Formats: sequence, structure tokens, C-alpha cells
Amino acid sequence: MTAWFPSSISGRCYCVLLVLLAVAPWIFQWTDQPFLLDLLSRGLILAIAATSLNLIMGYGGMVSLGHAAFIGIGAYCVGIPAYYDLYNGWFHLGLTIVVSAVFALLAGAVSLRTRGVYFIMITLAFSQMVYFAFVSLEEYGGDDGLVIYLRSEFPDFLTMQGPVALYYWIFATLLLTLFLVHRLVRARFGRVIAGAKHNEQRMQSLGFDTYRYRLTCYVISGVTCGLAGMLLGNFTGFISPEMMSWIRSGELIFMVVMGGSGFLFGPLVGTGAFVILEQYLPEFMKFLNPSWLEYWHLPFGLLLVLLVLFGKGGIHGMLSKLDSRTRQSDR
Amino acid sequence: MTRPLLRTNGLCKSFGGIVATDHVELDILPGIIHAIIGPNGAGKTTLIAQISGALKPDAGQIEFNGHDITSLSSSRRAQLGLARSFQVTSVFMPMTVLENVMLAVQGADGHSYRFWRPVHKDSEMLEKSMGYLQQVGLADRARHLAAEISHGEQRQLEISMALAMKPRLLLLDEPMAGMGLEESSRMIRFLAKLREQTTILLIEHDMDAVFSLADTLSVLVHGSVIATGTVKNIRANPEVQRAYLGEEHA
Ligand SMILES: Nc1ncnc2c1ncn2[C@@H]1O[C@H](COP(=O)(O)OP(=O)(O)O)[C@@H](O)[C@H]1O
Ligand SMILES: [Mg+2]
Repeated sequence: MTAWFPSSISGRCYCVLLVLLAVAPWIFQWTDQPFLLDLLSRGLILAIAATSLNLIMGYGGMVSLGHAAFIGIGAYCVGIPAYYDLYNGWFHLGLTIVVSAVFALLAGAVSLRTRGVYFIMITLAFSQMVYFAFVSLEEYGGDDGLVIYLRSEFPDFLTMQGPVALYYWIFATLLLTLFLVHRLVRARFGRVIAGAKHNEQRMQSLGFDTYRYRLTCYVISGVTCGLAGMLLGNFTGFISPEMMSWIRSGELIFMVVMGGSGFLFGPLVGTGAFVILEQYLPEFMKFLNPSWLEYWHLPFGLLLVLLVLFGKGGIHGMLSKLDSRTRQSDR
Repeated sequence: MTRPLLRTNGLCKSFGGIVATDHVELDILPGIIHAIIGPNGAGKTTLIAQISGALKPDAGQIEFNGHDITSLSSSRRAQLGLARSFQVTSVFMPMTVLENVMLAVQGADGHSYRFWRPVHKDSEMLEKSMGYLQQVGLADRARHLAAEISHGEQRQLEISMALAMKPRLLLLDEPMAGMGLEESSRMIRFLAKLREQTTILLIEHDMDAVFSLADTLSVLVHGSVIATGTVKNIRANPEVQRAYLGEEHA
């Protein structure tokens, strides 16, 4: 934990992964693969969202089926100002943070009064409310969505213009998010969140107003996910209510669980696996038999179920099993 | 006369048809060990739960240190100095013994809206926490998961967490439940020493423990207090003998 280079296999894997992500745009430029940079950009945006979900779900035990609402909110905080020709990036950023925080505060204040399945259902209900609110907003395209013609404008040294600049925005935001979560869960605040996940009544009898701590955690997570939405709006240049449908929220849960819920890098590798499967599984099915293409969801779903059932701790869990095995052979 | 640290006033609680607490009037004086005995199902745990704030009474008031705390949440009461240990061990199993106590120390330190500094690098907090573990003789188990240590050790951990909250009143719900003979007698000696630090409301089944520790004794039967007094008084009380002690000998 103190050394710069981690001693565990999983830790080393993540180190290498981050370095690769840092140089990825150059690699893709040399190999002339702009499409891969696009895929990676989208994947990392989703990884930010999944990491924010991991904070409440993995570390705090609050399983939300409405987290994609924050992606939508962030995206519309770019799209709606852009509709009025307001492209100031600081304004977009500030609006995203404020609106996400307010929505998280309202939704969290209500849903955190409940537990378990009820919590899942209420977070779902809140996200559906936002979903239908945007569907009904004809002015901003309703169901059909909204095209964003220009990206958020920042000073030159922070510009988002061009795919590589945007990629580094995304990458930097991901790093910040990971670092934030890393510090948060080890600080006093994070210990309270962890305690409330395991035994809330006991935490209250130790003098913690767990509701408030959980609400704070929910707001932090919501704002972070809102930032992912702001990046997604800039990345796709097109936003629609579909971004915040409950299916998207469900996918975020899958990404977290696949990668390893409650582990810092779990959501990142989970999202990676998810995006890669989603992208290449159809092609692989087509390769096996052209008529199978439309059934690619079947093996996809099966793989997800198998991973959740048998891969305890997801991909991270499997990596750390390698760790304990080598450690045993060391002895 | 000294003012009671805790006073319950006409406390009532029923579950459906069962009256678990029946107009309980209780005065707990500071600096003593006040034990509550009574047969199984008498309502001892229910009483503790209402005092600690985990359960809402149907009627009556609870005063702590002169203030009405009836409507306060259990976390507020804990902050005021009411600590509780649970009859059914309630520690954080997936955490280490040390992490468990650290949470309690955090609770006593006031708010925990500190987002940046890792707790495992907070040497002051580590020292304090180790101190509480030493007090109950668990220091050598600090790095073990709470789930890995023995039942008796989990009970000790429970107590050390309660102590780490620096309570003014310690509510102990059968702290010796499920302990071996040797562990029990060690716990009895420990509680006897604790009297100097804090006031204790002790619920215990083990009569030897109660008779050797308690300064004051209340007998609870079917939710109501049928007698309160010194150990000698209570043992001599014919009503108590009939209602409770007699049952034991029968
Ligand atoms: N949550 C509850 N719901 C229903 N009945 C309960 C509940 N808690 C306790 N009781 C009942 O109240 C009575 C007192 O229980 P309790 O306080 O646990 O007794 P003791 O701790 O003295 O053994 C018992 O009859 C028990 O069945
Ligand atoms: Mg009991």
C-alpha cells in the first residue's frame, strides 16, 4: 500500500492498464484506428459512471436501478444550454454539478428511507420520472433527442475539441474519480459508509446518523455520474432520453458486478469487458454462422449470468485469486 | 439525594397482545451497577432497546441526565453518552477487530465528515483503539477478522466498542451469554473494575454474577418491575422469591 509499484498481481495489472490507457491515443494514431479511440472513449465514460455506482452499491450496499438518470442529467446540462447557443464549458460543468446534486439530494432523501428491494424500486421510479419528463419536453426533441453541434468550450489548455483532447478529458476525469473513491472509502467518512452497509443499527447505536452519511455518499456518487453524462453528451454530440432508461441503469449494475463490486478497479475492468463483448460478440456470432447474428444477446446474457454466479468478486475476484495462489506457493 | 442519571416514567410497550413493558418506573443512580433480572421473556431486552432508542415506547418518558430523550434517535442518544452492547452479538463481522473499535472511537469523536485522510494512518486513533482492546484483553487479536475470533472474544469486542464510546451510561444486555466459565469470571472481574469509570445498567442471567456485581437490583416480571433494592433486600423479598427466584429453585 505504501510502495509505488503494487506487489499484488491484480495491482500490477491495473497499473499497466492505466499506463496503456494513458498512451492509447498515440497507439491508435500510429495504427490508424480512430474507431478504437471512439470505442475506448465511450468505454471510459461508462467506467466513470460505473465507478460512481460502485461507491454507493459496492461500498455502501445501496443498489440503485436508477443511476443512468444522472448520465442523462449531465448530458442535458450540455445539450439544453447548447440549444440556446450557450457553449461555455464552465457553465456546463457548474450546471451539471448543481443539477445532479439537487436531484441526488431529492431522490436520495426519499429512497434512502427504504432498504433492499424498496430502495431499488424507488431509485427506478425516480429515474423513470426524469426519463418521461425529458420524453415530454418537445422543445428539446422529446423522444427524438437533441443534436449538440459544438462541444463545451474551455480555455485552450483545457480544450475538449478533437477526439484526442476529449479522450484526455475523459481519462483525467476517470483518474480523478478513482482517486476520489480510493481516498473516500479509506477516510472516516468511508468507514461509516462501510459500517452502515454491514450493520446499520449498530452504527446508529455507535452514534452515527447513518441516513445523513448515506445521503452524502449518494450525492457524491450522483454528481460524479453526472460528470460522466456531461462527457457523454460532448462525446456523442447527440442526446436523448434513451441514455437514462432503466436498461442503461441495469447495464451499469452489470458492469460493476462483472468487474468486482466493492473494489476500486472492478467497475473499470467490468465496463471494459462489457463494452468489448457488446461490440465484438455480434461479429463473432456472425463469423460462426451469419444467421446467428441476431441472437447474440443470448450468449451475452448467459456469459453475464455465469460471471455473476461463479465469478465471486467478478474479474477482480479472479485476479486476486491468482494473488493468493502465488502467495501460497511462495511459502 | 443524588439525581438519577437515567429515569423512566410510566414506560409501556406491547407487541400485539404481549405486554413487554408495563408502566416501568426506574431510577438509575450515577456511579453504580444497577442490575435487572427476570425470567426469559420478562421484557429486559425490550426495555434496553427503548432506553437506547432502538424501539419507540408506546407511552411514557425517558430522562437522561435531566433531559427528556424520549423522542431522540438512537444515534443522538449515543452521542449524549448512552452506549449499548447487544444480547445477540452485533459486531462488524467482515472487518477486523481493530477496525470495529476504530468505528466506535470515530463515533465518540463527533462527526465523521472527513473525506480525505485514511483512518489507518491516523496514529492517534490507532493508539486509542488499541488501548480499548488492551483493556478487555483483545490486543493480540487486533488484526483478525471479527468473524474469526471466538464467541467469547466477540462478546469482549462488543464491550470494548461500548467503552470506546466513552459512555456515561453503559447498557449491557447479558454480556456473559454463551461464555465459558473462565471467560465469565474474567468478565465479572472486568465489570467490577469498570464501575469506577461509568454507570452500568446490567442485564444478566447468571445469578452469581449479578449478586457479586450489582449495587442495586430490579426484578422484572411480565414487563413490570416488581421490586427494586439492594441485593440483600431482594433476596429476602418474598414476592421476588415466589415470582422469580423460586422458579429457579423449583
Ligand atoms: N420485535 C418483537 N415483536 C414481537 N414480540 C416481541 C418482540 N420483541 C420482544 N417480543 C416479545 O416481548 C416479550 C419480551 O421480550 P424480551 O424483551 O426479549 O425479553 P427478555 O430479554 O427479558 O428475555 C417476549 O414475550 C417476546 O416474545
Ligand atoms: Mg433478552
